[in-house]
Amino acid sequence: MSEVEAPAAAEDTRTWVEKVKAKQQEDIAAGKYDYTTIEDANLDRAEKNLTEEHIQKVVKKWLATEGGARLKTYVQTCVHCGLCSEACHHYMSNSKDPKYSPVGKVKRTIWKILERDGRLTPAEVHEMSVIASTECNLCRRCLQYCPFGIDIGYLMSSVRRMCHLLGMTPLYIQDTAHSHAATMNQMWVKDDEWIDSLQWQEDEARDEFADIRIPVDKEGAEVYYSVIGPEPKFRTQLIYQAAAIFHNSGVDFTFPANPGWDNSDMCMFTGDFEMMGRIKKYHYESAMKLKAKKIVMGECGHAFRSVYDVGNRWVGWKMPPIPMIHSIQYFSELITEGKLKCREKYPEKVSFHDPCNTVRGRGLHEYGRHVTRVFCQELIEMTPNREYNICCNAGGGVINCGPPFKTKRVMSNEWKAEQLARVADQGVTTIVAPCHNCHGGLDDIIHTYHLPLKLKFLGDIIYEYMDKPEAE
Amino acid sequence: MIDGLYNLASGPLVWLALVLCIGGSFYKFSQMALLARQKDGYVYEYWSWKHALKSAFYWWILPLGSFNARLNPVMAIVTWVFHVCLLVSPIFLLAHVVMFETAWNVGLWPTLPDAAADVMAFAVLVGCIFFLLRRVTLPQVKFVTSGNDFFILAVVALPFLTGVLAYHQVGDYKTWVTLHMLAGELMLALLPFTRLAHAIYALFVRGYTASEFGAVRQIKDW
Repeated sequence: MSEVEAPAAAEDTRTWVEKVKAKQQEDIAAGKYDYTTIEDANLDRAEKNLTEEHIQKVVKKWLATEGGARLKTYVQTCVHCGLCSEACHHYMSNSKDPKYSPVGKVKRTIWKILERDGRLTPAEVHEMSVIASTECNLCRRCLQYCPFGIDIGYLMSSVRRMCHLLGMTPLYIQDTAHSHAATMNQMWVKDDEWIDSLQWQEDEARDEFADIRIPVDKEGAEVYYSVIGPEPKFRTQLIYQAAAIFHNSGVDFTFPANPGWDNSDMCMFTGDFEMMGRIKKYHYESAMKLKAKKIVMGECGHAFRSVYDVGNRWVGWKMPPIPMIHSIQYFSELITEGKLKCREKYPEKVSFHDPCNTVRGRGLHEYGRHVTRVFCQELIEMTPNREYNICCNAGGGVINCGPPFKTKRVMSNEWKAEQLARVADQGVTTIVAPCHNCHGGLDDIIHTYHLPLKLKFLGDIIYEYMDKPEAE
Repeated sequence: MIDGLYNLASGPLVWLALVLCIGGSFYKFSQMALLARQKDGYVYEYWSWKHALKSAFYWWILPLGSFNARLNPVMAIVTWVFHVCLLVSPIFLLAHVVMFETAWNVGLWPTLPDAAADVMAFAVLVGCIFFLLRRVTLPQVKFVTSGNDFFILAVVALPFLTGVLAYHQVGDYKTWVTLHMLAGELMLALLPFTRLAHAIYALFVRGYTASEFGAVRQIKDW
């Protein structure tokens, strides 16, 4: 059988970069880059229900009450130089169509809103919601390209806020926002299901570590560990791994029993800032009630943005009210303190993908590399990297806009596929990405372009390759 | 007629232009600062001069100091030279300094050799042409360009164009000098009220971003 197939396989001597570029041409020819037919049930419904009068009333009120100095000064300062364009994966992947450049998207939204003083048709608001929610990940890469440092992510986030006030939010992400409002977690996880998941993982882990505990609601623990809703929902093994790593490192940790355990925040991305504030308050207050010494967050980027930077601010905490660190940093500290040791190195070539929210949101890039170098044989850098890394196009709530926008999301990140293909061409087999959204986005890219890459969290590699003296 | 215009341009219009420029800038700045105080109070909380100035240094003072400048070296160098010449040549031009000295009878500051000032004025004009060409040829710039953007380019180019023509005495000197004064006054008067206002806002926009990046996010923004 292999004799028949072998010649065919041997013929394809193209590099992965060439294959990605060729696939893009096929996709363009197949019409996959035409996004005009996308339907979203909630956007379509809102468009039918809104009137121009109502829109103008809401938008004017929003501008008067929330349109602050940042919004206005950014718009007045921009000299329309277009230097932000090449920062953006949407622009770079969509044949450099200028409407996808960061400033192009500001033109299609904020400029129009201000010029017309909020006099917009329902169809225009629909379009603005699509632009702000699915053509921008708020990844802030363009901010680092702007000579003035104009925060276009902030502007797009403001557009989402306006759309939220008009009920014009894509269906799937609105559902997660509803889940937050009803359950204080993102995935409609019921209170008993959460505790059940923790106990289930504890049971499982006891096969490996005889005396492991997953402490729930322990007062005064060194570490209050928080995760995002999807972990108990469908990546439960990550809870197991985290518990194993902590247990093995002798960390005094706990999970909270009650709502507040979920640090994620889709409301930050839908523009439901009131709800964002509630979520963050629950989270911090839950840790404070347990008198935890510090919060350590699982490997998630957007939640970190909300907890460390955005949500706390809405509640009125300039900086987190109790120490709060991302597990990228915590793993690195455990290694430095000698508590976490590598048994043997992960034998394959890896590359490190910096999530926007842990690098542009908090310069954790060297911590991530420290852990990767300790646990992996060889780290090959992708380019660009660190604070200039290219976005996964899943974060910022874009993947949460769900199936209607999936093809658009994956096509709009062909540029990332090229970046990954370049390391694949150098023999890299594994991408380490310490963020859930990045996993979602990169996974789709890897599958779509058939890239020969595996995707790992730091925790996956640490769990498998750490020294486990007690393990049975 | 030109004498009347000359007297107007060298007399009351100077004061009008200065009042509009300085008063307007002050007004625009205080509007921004007050609005920030009312609605974006956190800007004051996070503000850090250290990070603001550091970021401004890498972006604007040090040529090719930022990542994006190195990706676009031609644009970056032209922009840098353009702004330096735009600011330095009018202030240190002998003919300008002499005016102040005659008016107030004091030696104020050193002057540039005429040849150097001439080259700098040409550099500003070359910069304007370069920006104009970018606007009409690059799709990502063209897409966000409107009449206003061409207008401010002209507003900036005119004082230098007329100044060069006057200095080289192409045609009637007095006509060019009068037009030069009018063009200069127009530029000053419009500064706070057009996109030229980026001169007022730039440090604060850059500075806030730098403060967030430097102090909160602990990552460089250049």
